[in-house]
Amino acid sequence: MIRFFSITKNIHEWLFNLMPESVASVVEMILIAVVYLLIFAVAGLYLVLLERRVAAWFQLRIGPNRVGYQGLLQTMADALKLVSKELTGTEKADKFLYNLAPYFVIISSLMALSVFPFTQDFQAFDINIGLLFLIAISSIGVIGILLGGWSSNNKFALIGAMRSGVQTISYELSVGLSLLTMVLLTGSLQLSEIVEVQKGGWLIVQGHIPAVIAFMIYMIAGTAETNRAPFDLVEAESELGAGFHTEYSGMKFAYFFLAEFINMFIIAAIATTVFFGAWLSPFGITESIPILGVVWFLGKTLILVFLMMWFRWTFPRLRIDQLLTLEWKYLLPINLINIVVMAFVVWLKITI
Amino acid sequence: MERIIFYTLALIIVVFAIASVSSRKMLRSVIYLLFVLCGIAGFYFLIDYNFLAAIQLTVYAGGIIVLLIFSVMLVHHIEMELEVVKKARQILVGLLCLIGLGVFLITIYTHPFVVVENQITTTTADIGYKLLSYDDGGFILPFEVISVLLLAAMIGAIVIAKKVGSE
Repeated sequence: MIRFFSITKNIHEWLFNLMPESVASVVEMILIAVVYLLIFAVAGLYLVLLERRVAAWFQLRIGPNRVGYQGLLQTMADALKLVSKELTGTEKADKFLYNLAPYFVIISSLMALSVFPFTQDFQAFDINIGLLFLIAISSIGVIGILLGGWSSNNKFALIGAMRSGVQTISYELSVGLSLLTMVLLTGSLQLSEIVEVQKGGWLIVQGHIPAVIAFMIYMIAGTAETNRAPFDLVEAESELGAGFHTEYSGMKFAYFFLAEFINMFIIAAIATTVFFGAWLSPFGITESIPILGVVWFLGKTLILVFLMMWFRWTFPRLRIDQLLTLEWKYLLPINLINIVVMAFVVWLKITI
Repeated sequence: MERIIFYTLALIIVVFAIASVSSRKMLRSVIYLLFVLCGIAGFYFLIDYNFLAAIQLTVYAGGIIVLLIFSVMLVHHIEMELEVVKKARQILVGLLCLIGLGVFLITIYTHPFVVVENQITTTTADIGYKLLSYDDGGFILPFEVISVLLLAAMIGAIVIAKKVGSE
């Protein structure tokens, strides 16, 4: 029986023996932050690689396979290249906001990452309003995109940013409401309690029909939230150059790029936690080995990430009016009715 | 530790509040205002009132600031700067602010604050029950009135947005 708890407890005790209490707690916080930064960087880089391999697979190519075994070091090499590149910018840009914008995007996704229960004991911040916190944080990320687009002093970037704002604000509603549908089942916003409820069966099974509908809406709206194809009007390359990050180069561009992939991971991880039982194994087959929870969590998340990549390489891009029609005329009304249906299901106790 | 966080947050709020009103670039003011609002959310986290903190982030930082940024983007070009008002007006505003600050400080320093030993974190469920209870101290009436108000605002927005004479 190896548990994360025992490892972290050992480190904790060792730290507190080594130095005075106040210093030790600060050091501990910094350590946790560094661990999450590492997760952020590694997950981001490997998701980029995964995307490129999946894209290649869908287009009957091979994709990057030269750097390292099967191209495993390709994105590391790309990142090194980006670090060494010159940071260019437009002359009449608002320099302060221009430099600030990438950090909004990256900090908001980093904060969201901290609340996920990767396994029973591997959760940095088990806040009692977990889901609400996630929704609140995700509404801040868009400010970075808006700022980046405006302060570059470039028409295409500005249009891209405006589109992003419209899109994110509209689809945030659907994300929030579909998660709210599931909260009716769990009766709690705390992520660890949501997992606890699912010990008898994942929520998508417990809530049957309304839960499946909520999951579909969530995945559509989630893909739109991350500004990915088929909802990538923000950076529609045939119309806008590269959209809001046209004027960014080097590491600042990489921040936007990494944050996009981490946001995709976050959307998939929320779906895993709320619909598919987070670190719980199917039918409790590995319940005796708690450390395998991480494997289950990442496995489920990666399957959902793959689903989002599948969307990207299958569907053509929507027009802006189609995008807004989809949200306001279809997803939102379906969602509202779905909440009422779910309320009835919970009230009459016809959950499985 | 808490004391350090408190003073850091307070410093952030005061500095950015001043920056927000004194900056001559409109979007920068909006961003400084965002920092102020995030600082206030930080205070709510500090006193363990997580629900209000998240609402503060969603409604103010996520909603109102995005709306402000939108309107600034639509009406304001990047090279424009706000004009400086006349000296007499500056002095008048300064005096009014000082009077306001004075009233505020006097109220705070004369009010006898009682320290409450409160270790309970308010959960979302408690807030929900309180909002919908019709017993003494319940908030069902204001809750319903606000929902009617919101509905009226929504219908009004739709009516305004519809083109007149398109039939």
